[in-house]
Amino acid sequence: MFKKILIANRGEIAVRIIRACREMGIATVAVYSDVDRAALHIRKSDEAYPIGPAPAVDSYLRIDKILEVAKRSGAEAIHPGYGFLSENAKFAQACVDAGVKFIGPTPHSMKMMGSKTSARQQVEKAGVPFVPGTSRGLASAEEAEQVAERIGYPVMLKAAAGGGGKGMRLVHTRQELRSALESARSEAERSFGDSEVYLEKAILNPRHIEMQVLADEHGNTVWLGERECSIQRRHQKVLEEAPSPMVDPDMRRRMGEVAVKVAEAASYTNAGTVEFLVDEQKNFYFLEMNTRLQVEHPITELITGLDLVHLQIQIAAGEKLPFGQSEVAIRGHAIECRIYAEDPENNYFPSPGRVKVLLEPSGPGIRRDSGMYEGWNVPIDYDPLLAKLIGYASDRPQAIMRLERALDEYFVAGIKTNLSLFRRIVGEADFRAGKLDTGYLDRLLRKASPSRASLALNPGIKAPETIAALAAGMFAVLDRGSSVSGNGGTGGTTVPSNWKQQGRSEGLR
Amino acid sequence: MVYEIIVGSESGSESGSESGSELGGEAGAKPHRLELEKAAAGWECRLDGQPIHVDALIPRPDVLSLLVDGHCYEIKREQTATDLYLWVGSARFAVELRDLRSLRSRQRAVGDEKGPIKILAPMPGRIVRVLLAENSEVEAGQGIVVVEAMKMQNEIKSPKKGVVKKISASAGAAVNPGDLLAIVE
Repeated sequence: MFKKILIANRGEIAVRIIRACREMGIATVAVYSDVDRAALHIRKSDEAYPIGPAPAVDSYLRIDKILEVAKRSGAEAIHPGYGFLSENAKFAQACVDAGVKFIGPTPHSMKMMGSKTSARQQVEKAGVPFVPGTSRGLASAEEAEQVAERIGYPVMLKAAAGGGGKGMRLVHTRQELRSALESARSEAERSFGDSEVYLEKAILNPRHIEMQVLADEHGNTVWLGERECSIQRRHQKVLEEAPSPMVDPDMRRRMGEVAVKVAEAASYTNAGTVEFLVDEQKNFYFLEMNTRLQVEHPITELITGLDLVHLQIQIAAGEKLPFGQSEVAIRGHAIECRIYAEDPENNYFPSPGRVKVLLEPSGPGIRRDSGMYEGWNVPIDYDPLLAKLIGYASDRPQAIMRLERALDEYFVAGIKTNLSLFRRIVGEADFRAGKLDTGYLDRLLRKASPSRASLALNPGIKAPETIAALAAGMFAVLDRGSSVSGNGGTGGTTVPSNWKQQGRSEGLR
Repeated sequence: MVYEIIVGSESGSESGSESGSELGGEAGAKPHRLELEKAAAGWECRLDGQPIHVDALIPRPDVLSLLVDGHCYEIKREQTATDLYLWVGSARFAVELRDLRSLRSRQRAVGDEKGPIKILAPMPGRIVRVLLAENSEVEAGQGIVVVEAMKMQNEIKSPKKGVVKKISASAGAAVNPGDLLAIVE
């Protein structure tokens, strides 16, 4: 087993990996940019080294600096987390060349699955169902028109190097196709430096369901159940759950077997995720493979009882999978909310700044993977994911109850977060019924907020406005007392010295 | 203590293009008058004249635990550079608070008001001196009476320029919060 691991990441995922290392008795090496000196992962790590200025291209994406830190600190392996360099085959190769173990698949597998067209070619050979369309980049607008006629409109244009909705165009008619192809190509070129665009049949209102796989370096590959990821905003996942409300054991097994086939076709090792689009008839189609640990991996951990980061490290150290497929059991239900620093009242704009007040939920069935703490300044330079709140229980309704309770306990002031969005989702009828597709969140956000007037119906309960008014006065009175006594904790038992306070504030003497 | 409190419309509890304003709006913008008096246990409050007994505690900064008629409420405070928000459950209210005993806010509150203004005792104490006679002219900020409590003397000043119509305080008398001291017109 490794003695020391470098974590080439930041935020909650760096903290999560550091915790796994600590549990396994492995020393950790963290890296940080200029604005992350005070970040939580630095506070939790055994060692930490600066790697440059705030912009990720100058720090967290600098392969040379990270490998230099690995060398200097004597780290034997590097965990890339997600994002940043995690799906960069060049980085994986550079690790191999430097004699440091990359905790993830081989550069070869990453390259094969990194391009959507090359991935489609591979899975086609393996007989995996995928959305009808081309498996190669479109050579011309004429070719696009021919393929679209053959498979039927609407069709989706996609960038081969794509992700996050960039270079994607939904095309309903032949008339739109040419201009859509041009704009998709130029967007793909701008976003990924690669203008290759392919075409597939558009599946309207699909579900987005993914299957976790795990493969050791001895030829053993298992699937660990699916995650329902249909709740997305602008192609970014917002809330995920496992298992999916629409998947039954038979469908799960079939999806799992296909996912294992995909992984084997790519000679895949370590943790990976095979993404599927699922139509209303429950047909599932290969979409792409993510060659890394996913943000939403905790929900799979909770329903399988496995620790994916421990297993990643064990696999990278050359160990065999300690269980077989028949020993994998799905138990209970888990739902994850991605808490972002963004303002729901201002079109979900990022909201960096100081976390002034932080009250975090805990208790039964709650897991929190967080990178923030009270007093921390959320930098403007990175992804706005602050923390993940996961509710789990023996079944979906109970997991929802726990999540709803925990969301009420969760309070963040100083920066804006999307907590209110989750309060709305978990109480909403279609979500509760498990009626989800990738258009769900857009539809929800177009609807006006429901009335909350019913809250004050209980005769003993004061209206929230009344409580707010009383609280405003009590805060003012108790703060005066506590500021004089110097005791911030028990203002309620202190007799406030109003004269002194008033004397000071008015400068009378 | 006497405060004037404006509770703005609810926000933050819901997301989406429309902010939930069902409970706020015009009614929410009306100022409430809140009188607070320390009692043996907790506080005797009058909110717009309605008596409410409240037990209040700040268990940690920016968090207030309120007990009202046996019901528990936890209120969280969020202060920005310019605004104060209070969270009751998952509902957020913008709140403005004016200390009616504080001269500066009194001036702001009534600066362009016409008509008589009652000068009330801000807190319990004893009248030390009466500085002006009835019907004398007074400048804004000029002292009218001096009240002493906890060995500190405090001039109670006129919030505006005008005439002292009435002095109801006399030297040596004890006053309670909210007692009328004078009327300036």
